[in-house]
Amino acid sequence: MITLTVNGKAHRLDVPEDMPLLWALRDELELPGTKFGCGVAQCGACTVHIDGVATRACATPVGSLEAGAKITTIEAIGATAQGKALQAAWLEVDVMQCGYCQAGQIMSAAALLKTTPKPTDDDIDAAMEGNLCRCATYKRIREAIKSAAGVALTDTREA
Amino acid sequence: MDDASFKPSRRLFLASGLATGSALVVGFGFDAVAASEGATRLGDYVAIAPDGVVTIRAKNPEIGQGIKTMLPMLIAEEMDVAWEQVRIETAPADEKRFGAQFAGGSMSTPMNYEPMRRVGAATRAVLIEAAAVVLKKPAAELTIEAGVVHHKASRTKVPYGKLVAAAAILKLPDPASVTLKPDSAFTIIGKSKGGYDSPAIVEGKPIFGIDVAVPGMKYAVFVKPPVYGAKLKSANIDVIKALKGVTHVFTLQGSGDFHSLQDGVAIVADKWWYAKAARDQLEIVWDDAVGSPHDSATYAAKAKELAKTKGASVASNGDTDAALSKAAKKIEAWYEAPFLAHVPMEPQNCTAKVTADGVEIWAPTQAPAWGRPHVAKALGISEDKITIHMIRCGGGFGRRLENDYMVEAAAIAQKAGVPVKLVWTREDDVAYDYFRPGNYHRFEAAIEGGKITAYKARAVTFARDGKVAQGAGIGPHDFVPLISPNYVLEQHLIETLIPTGYLRAPSSNALGFVHECFLDEIAGALNKDPFTLRQEIVEAAIASPRPVKDGERGPSYEPKRLKAVLETLRTRSGWDAAKSGNGIGYGVATYFSHRGYFAEVAKVKVDDDGNWKVLKVWVVGDVGRTIINPTGAANQVEGSVMDGIGEMMSEITFDKGRAVQSNFQDIPMIRMSQAPHIDLHFELSDNGPTGLGEPALPPVIPAVCNAIFAATGVRVRKLPLLPETIAKAART
Repeated sequence: MITLTVNGKAHRLDVPEDMPLLWALRDELELPGTKFGCGVAQCGACTVHIDGVATRACATPVGSLEAGAKITTIEAIGATAQGKALQAAWLEVDVMQCGYCQAGQIMSAAALLKTTPKPTDDDIDAAMEGNLCRCATYKRIREAIKSAAGVALTDTREA
Repeated sequence: MDDASFKPSRRLFLASGLATGSALVVGFGFDAVAASEGATRLGDYVAIAPDGVVTIRAKNPEIGQGIKTMLPMLIAEEMDVAWEQVRIETAPADEKRFGAQFAGGSMSTPMNYEPMRRVGAATRAVLIEAAAVVLKKPAAELTIEAGVVHHKASRTKVPYGKLVAAAAILKLPDPASVTLKPDSAFTIIGKSKGGYDSPAIVEGKPIFGIDVAVPGMKYAVFVKPPVYGAKLKSANIDVIKALKGVTHVFTLQGSGDFHSLQDGVAIVADKWWYAKAARDQLEIVWDDAVGSPHDSATYAAKAKELAKTKGASVASNGDTDAALSKAAKKIEAWYEAPFLAHVPMEPQNCTAKVTADGVEIWAPTQAPAWGRPHVAKALGISEDKITIHMIRCGGGFGRRLENDYMVEAAAIAQKAGVPVKLVWTREDDVAYDYFRPGNYHRFEAAIEGGKITAYKARAVTFARDGKVAQGAGIGPHDFVPLISPNYVLEQHLIETLIPTGYLRAPSSNALGFVHECFLDEIAGALNKDPFTLRQEIVEAAIASPRPVKDGERGPSYEPKRLKAVLETLRTRSGWDAAKSGNGIGYGVATYFSHRGYFAEVAKVKVDDDGNWKVLKVWVVGDVGRTIINPTGAANQVEGSVMDGIGEMMSEITFDKGRAVQSNFQDIPMIRMSQAPHIDLHFELSDNGPTGLGEPALPPVIPAVCNAIFAATGVRVRKLPLLPETIAKAART
């Protein structure tokens, strides 16, 4: 049996140790907000927090998690100050096109704001580079992160 | 609309499936019987609850283009309701009731702009009529504000929610007869509305195809041959059957139709991961000899050979060969664009349930109706026994115009005898794509007395079963015929086994690149500013329009619209002050596709190692007089521009019919740090609004390539645009 602490609640699961956390979340715990995009940690659609750190759930076997590791998913990120601000900013900026990658984007952004409350454009590039958006809403993701962080929305990169 | 079909009744709204309990369908006189007789395309779009909440159906699939929000805006505008009162549902897939329901060709706006407004206006008219009865006042004295009907003189009013019972028994006016608002009266159209599903998305709510759950559902993977058309020889099915969580393993036989089933092994399990883990143990032998002649290198060599000879003339004017032979100055070039994969973020998936009564399908698809006949044939049932729910798609890009995953899910559910959710891996999504076909182009142009006297483009693209393959056409040719009085477009075809299809701005996404880069080469030969050359071509076409020839688009193409776009772009981009050189370059390109006139200037930076970055793109587009949802429109353009830049980074190559690349580690896509600044302006013209899913994409690729030339002197004639190629060319 594997014990997973997800969004503050402990679950005991009878699953193989090599099952990726992504599939334990989606199919065992019925938390489908975390998305499957590539299965090889290349796209970031499955980003969750493990003890506050942005982690690709598709490449994290449940057996590799330490007992007591605290997993947070998009379903509960609104309970954190950064998560709530980001969700509101995502709507205010109207970031979404298809929206499929956006749970992962918000999770990466929330991890960034936790360590770097006032991120620069370089900070945003570094933190978000692992999250693909096939619709390419990057301009708006950048704006929404800044809006949530309360910093100027201007894109300071070379133009 | 056929008046005889107006039969508002209790049965009507119960049959619609939309109205439950408190909500009432405002009958468009069109019950299930009338619908099955194909009575009208104006179905029941609107439901009003007693509390005034107005539910509006969006008829087309949502793939990220924002149609679920935009189409109901049109209805709500003419109904005079407040946007806050509106709830939106996606309509069932039923073309007999809703007309064409697809997401493709940037067609949803031009096809639905007026019809959806007429739905709203007809609904408004019947509500006014009902209010006249309820308030006992003449209809002409009534006005509507935010879903409340007022009789100002008597200071009486009644909200829509209190009118539905009276409205339901009234006859709706013919939508063709109702009067639409003047644009000046718009309160919803032209005002930004955030995506309707966005609040659910930011909370991770299950709204995508891959999130569908049906009671008793199992999960499936389907293993197809990595080479299209290969036959299954053997598989260790008995071993797989014994693995943890696996409930069914069986083979399905291909139909020979490349839109439908292929040979393959289905693995059904209690949870998806067990099916995937079992699949990793699957030992499968294919007879894939059919793929052996289909290599990228073979295609390229064949294309070069073919291009030496005259191809089939697709469009022409004058005597191009004569003009070329006598020209004082001639330039030639060879261009190549690769095969590309679609890779929408959500891997293909579909959920299906088969019972004695029929098939129920939950599909993230761009074109449900195109899948229906394939499902019927594969399952041996009639089409009217198939119910398709259109589920929000995690991206489309043209891939979901195909419904192969839909047929597979239905066939697996039928054979397994349980509801099944089929989910492909990303590797499946790449291997089984309907790729943007690669293409090759030999160009020649003649210059005489400072004029372009001949323009010859010989394309080599691909064929399937002897016909131009999907996405491999070389038209339309709206701008090209304007370049020179003598021109010819020829086409050769290479028969391919590789399934090809439509990638966002199909054909145009490659044709824009090759024609607009070669035009820059011509500008160089003329020693002329490339922006000025384009403007001169357009001016000349306006000054002396010539008759439309065979193979050209008709009078729907208006050079004067492009002229206005170019003028604005020249100013906004600061073209005349822009200085290229020392690793910084500016390039311009224009393209007309999907009824949108777009021109773009790109500014790039290139370092000594050939690493390139697009710093900024100025975009000017004309898609008519009205930008229906400005935030959504801008989002589509920003995405198209960045998607075009992303397309310049990757390719799919083939080894014996098999795609060499498999996942995002070898299919680079544009990422956060590579996203350029974008300056966007819509040039409003007195034309009906047209779509924005595609037309901003084609010009960005040649604009960037032309900017790289301006920065480095290196002409980009082949994609993907690899840093080492630029660096090497810059050294020589």
